[in-house]
Amino acid sequence: MSRREGWRRRLPLLPALIYIVIVTQIPFVVTLWYSFQNYFFDVPGAAHFTGLSNYKAVFTSTAFRGSLVRSVVMTVTAVIVAMILGVAIAVLLDRKFFGRGVVRTMVITPFLVMPAAAALVWAGPMLDPNFGLLNWLLEPFGVHHVAWLSTHALGSVIVVMIWQWTPFMTLIVLAGLQGQPQDTLEAAKVDGAGAMATFRELTLPHLRPYIELGILLGSIYLVNVFDAVRLMTNGGPGTSTTNLPFYLYQQVNFAFDVGGAAAAGVVTVILTIIVATFALRMFARVFQFEEAGV
Amino acid sequence: MTALPVRTREPGPQRIREMATNVGWGLLAWVVGIAFFLPVLWMVITAFKPESAAETWPPRFTFSPTLAEFRLVFSGMGPFLTHSVIATTASTILVLLLGVPAAYALSVHPVKHWRDGLFFFISTKMLPIVAVIGPLYVIALKAHLLDSIWLLIILYTAMNLPLAIWMIRSFMLEVPRELLEAARLDGAGRIREMTGVILPVISPGLVSTALICMIFAWNELFLALNLTTVNAATMPMYLISSVPQEGLYIAHLAAAATIASIPVILVGWLAQRSLVRGLSMGAIK
Repeated sequence: MSRREGWRRRLPLLPALIYIVIVTQIPFVVTLWYSFQNYFFDVPGAAHFTGLSNYKAVFTSTAFRGSLVRSVVMTVTAVIVAMILGVAIAVLLDRKFFGRGVVRTMVITPFLVMPAAAALVWAGPMLDPNFGLLNWLLEPFGVHHVAWLSTHALGSVIVVMIWQWTPFMTLIVLAGLQGQPQDTLEAAKVDGAGAMATFRELTLPHLRPYIELGILLGSIYLVNVFDAVRLMTNGGPGTSTTNLPFYLYQQVNFAFDVGGAAAAGVVTVILTIIVATFALRMFARVFQFEEAGV
Repeated sequence: MTALPVRTREPGPQRIREMATNVGWGLLAWVVGIAFFLPVLWMVITAFKPESAAETWPPRFTFSPTLAEFRLVFSGMGPFLTHSVIATTASTILVLLLGVPAAYALSVHPVKHWRDGLFFFISTKMLPIVAVIGPLYVIALKAHLLDSIWLLIILYTAMNLPLAIWMIRSFMLEVPRELLEAARLDGAGRIREMTGVILPVISPGLVSTALICMIFAWNELFLALNLTTVNAATMPMYLISSVPQEGLYIAHLAAAATIASIPVILVGWLAQRSLVRGLSMGAIK
């Protein structure tokens, strides 16, 4: 490839590349800088260098460690449960039955509801101890006016995450099911294979890249969940639902601690890079199945 | 002749059993569908209630529906709606303007390290924006962009651009090579190739890309909540403001939540196919 041709190819890429580098990488560099500074919004005077003290505070802070653990618990639980439900529902929707289109539309709707709206509707009309619909539905089973958001706060937030993301998993797995070659399924049936065996031996291996893709994309979004935490429980009671995004939000907005939040951010980014390295490798593998022609 | 009746009778019960199983699975699917839809339905029902009927025990299913809360929402959401529409539309246009050439450089006439480029873009989606929110606030403050709609446009563009590039690229890879060859034989340059061949073919794909970007921008709360207060506050923030400290507000909240969600719900219902492709970043056709 000649020099000239190389640039002719590179030119269309440059605007987007420069834009993304400026908007996403500069804040990270500034974060790195502030993580070594003592800087509070509410204290007059400029930022000044404090060495590693912000990092020391982060690593000794039980609040940071707690929120990190909760982030992992929330993301992993929500992604796994949503995926299991997603596979089950996709299998249901892959059959022919009366009103299939309507049911599919109903199932995907939770994903389309604005997350802030979903959080507020669950917190109020659905889960309220005094007038919530869930308590009314569960009354025949001996449940009486449970204050879900104070007694089962973490579980409630996770349920809403699952409710919103199961449709996403369903759609991706359903696309996989519909792309399954019919003749192998027919052949298995002719050979007398049972439904369960066919599913385990043929369908599940075929679905694997789709399941991986769903888990990967679901994790990217769910690890950043903020709306449900902020609007359902405000991180509480106590810190029982404070995940990393909410913790950092509090550091900036209520503790005014830019330096501390920056150090916590840098640690978060380093942890993310470690996870993302594996995720990117997974990405490369998952996308292989459609890259064959390139 | 004697075997014949036996043979026709035999599939009978089996067929009935098969049909019964099918009906059973169908019913189960309906139950699951209704269970998932119920909170949305309850939101819409509550939105039509007068405030006094919204916080009762047991919950009320019969009441005289009123549009009062919707009217209140319409009169209150004006500026929020404007900010949301501007931030969503402008960022999506910017995403397409930057994303189409970039996707072209990563697919049709790929640059040398197109794979690295592709993975660089997606890696920025994995870095949590929450980690930089403090410094981002300081940068916005110093650049006099705090509480400005420009800031949201800039950030939403960066948020959606990687996704869009992956998606548009997957559409460009599907443009038949013969079409491109034919255009080249006719002496078309890169620009004509783009406007005359590629863009017409991928325009449905561009529409679904735009839809996905608009959905994510429309729903975004974290950045808006941290970086805006009045002059650029968006619809999700209007929702928060519809929850007062005291008094009855559930019907009002439900009406606001319904109005805020309706655009995306309708678009999602109508464009289910492109939704799947978009959310999988083009991996699923």
